[in-house]
Amino acid sequence: MSTINKAAAQVTATVISNKRIGAYHQIILSVGEVVRHCRPGNFIAIQVGDDTSSMVLRRAFAISRTSDSAQFGGTVELIVAPHGSGSKWLCSLDEGSEVDVVTPLGKSFGVPTEPANALLIGGGYGSAPLFGLADLLKSRGCKVDMVLGASNGSKIYAPMEGKRSVNSLKIFTEDGSMGDHGRVTSQLDAIITERNIEIIYSCGPMAMLKAITEIADAHGVIHQASVEESMACGIGICMTCVLPVRGEDGAISMKRSCIDGPVMDGSSVCWDLVGKSTEGF
Amino acid sequence: MSAPVDLSTTLGNAWFPSPVFTASGCASSGRELAQFFPLKDIGAVVTKSVMNKPRHGRPTPRMAETPSGMLNSIGLQGPGIDAFLANDVPWLLAQGSRVIVSIAGETADEYAVLARKIRSTSGISAVEVNISCPNVENRGLVFATDCDTAARVVEGVRKVIGGEIPILAKLTPDVTNIADVARAVADAGADGVALINTVLGMVINIDTMKPHLGGKTGGLSGPAIRPVAVRAIYQVHEALPNLPILGMGGVSTGRDALEMILAGASGVSVGTASFGNPTALISIQNELRELLAQRGFTSLQQAVGYAHR
Repeated sequence: MSTINKAAAQVTATVISNKRIGAYHQIILSVGEVVRHCRPGNFIAIQVGDDTSSMVLRRAFAISRTSDSAQFGGTVELIVAPHGSGSKWLCSLDEGSEVDVVTPLGKSFGVPTEPANALLIGGGYGSAPLFGLADLLKSRGCKVDMVLGASNGSKIYAPMEGKRSVNSLKIFTEDGSMGDHGRVTSQLDAIITERNIEIIYSCGPMAMLKAITEIADAHGVIHQASVEESMACGIGICMTCVLPVRGEDGAISMKRSCIDGPVMDGSSVCWDLVGKSTEGF
Repeated sequence: MSAPVDLSTTLGNAWFPSPVFTASGCASSGRELAQFFPLKDIGAVVTKSVMNKPRHGRPTPRMAETPSGMLNSIGLQGPGIDAFLANDVPWLLAQGSRVIVSIAGETADEYAVLARKIRSTSGISAVEVNISCPNVENRGLVFATDCDTAARVVEGVRKVIGGEIPILAKLTPDVTNIADVARAVADAGADGVALINTVLGMVINIDTMKPHLGGKTGGLSGPAIRPVAVRAIYQVHEALPNLPILGMGGVSTGRDALEMILAGASGVSVGTASFGNPTALISIQNELRELLAQRGFTSLQQAVGYAHR
């Protein structure tokens, strides 16, 4: 019937576990059979607050990892930063609580058909979807290196069990409290060259994605960036989460990060025009 | 199991099997919601206001959640009428959906051009003339804030398309007397009015200490504006009891839809509620049917404007 989000379903999910990890919460939701359609890069939109809530919009979270076990059925793992009232509500849920979710949404990461040298770059909790991606890439014979960065060490999300598919992990913090002092782009030129990187996957703040795009473009390396723009609906009807994207014909159009993303070709996004008027371009 | 309720309704000469519609700008062109329910199961899809030329819209951020509502500042992003009529309308009709096309223009002439193009496309149930989008650079372009300019736009559309398909003028509540504007557009040939558009608002980010939205101002929608909508519908129905009204503004439940119908609406559009719940339209429709039955109504028509009787 529809070609948009054709695997997405609205289901009642149960909180299986909710643990604090550093500055974040790791929340595991039982979602049932729909998990079979969830790919790294897809996201989930969750209704927050109870019947009396004044929060009318869903909250979107990247799916960090999925599992399909006999005990819990299909589950998805989310890494949530309790910043606003919606994410704080979600982080306060007890095991056994039920939430209304819509998933899988959005475009997932594209995986190379041939084994390749992949570099995964995450900023803050933007590392969350990269661990599921690392497992998938490793299973396809890719060599996976990872670079994570954040303002400080408590905002680095790098679970032990998540690293099994990663060949090397390098961490940068802006205050030097963990790993090297600096940003994810600090040694990116050298890493791309030394490790013969063929494809970069990234997820994190817009300024980071822009900086990675510039370096990736200079090296002629493919860059798939998972963008984050505030969304009202997550399903493509509100038109709030748009980014200026240059098409193959050279024309710029405003693409929805929920439908045409969140994973986008970094070099097609007009990062300099984000937040600016594009009328007339 | 309660007695069956006839939910069918009319707006001018257009008939709909249900009074629950999407709201323009809150369903894109229907394809996205079709993943969650068959579009033919609701009254109609009111498409996002389309202009003559393709349009990028306003810069991001375009959205801010507010208590029981949200501000949007989209600025009429869209493909332009030609691509819309070629791609989206045939697809919607193929789904068995009723289609109300919402149009927006920068000048009265642009609305007439849009109406001419709609006239040459078959299968469209009605046209919503959006003369009240708040997300335009020039406040003077909000035609619906002035009786004369509102009437001029509607008259231009009527000359092209009048009598063929119903013309619904979409009005803003940001005026001194909305019944006066409704009367002006009705006299100019509108077959009905769509009440209400979003209410002009602003959020200031206290970290940047600047307006949060890229367009600075935005349209407030959601349950926060519902009492404003109910008031507007009530006032217009009181002044013009024979003018059909499509009500909208924060409808999230069957109870909310019934409230607007009692105030005088013949149909209700659901907008922001679909952002929070993609199947909101279906649950609202089911709840409305149940509430009407509980109150002894055997048809929706019996309840329209009941609050005035």
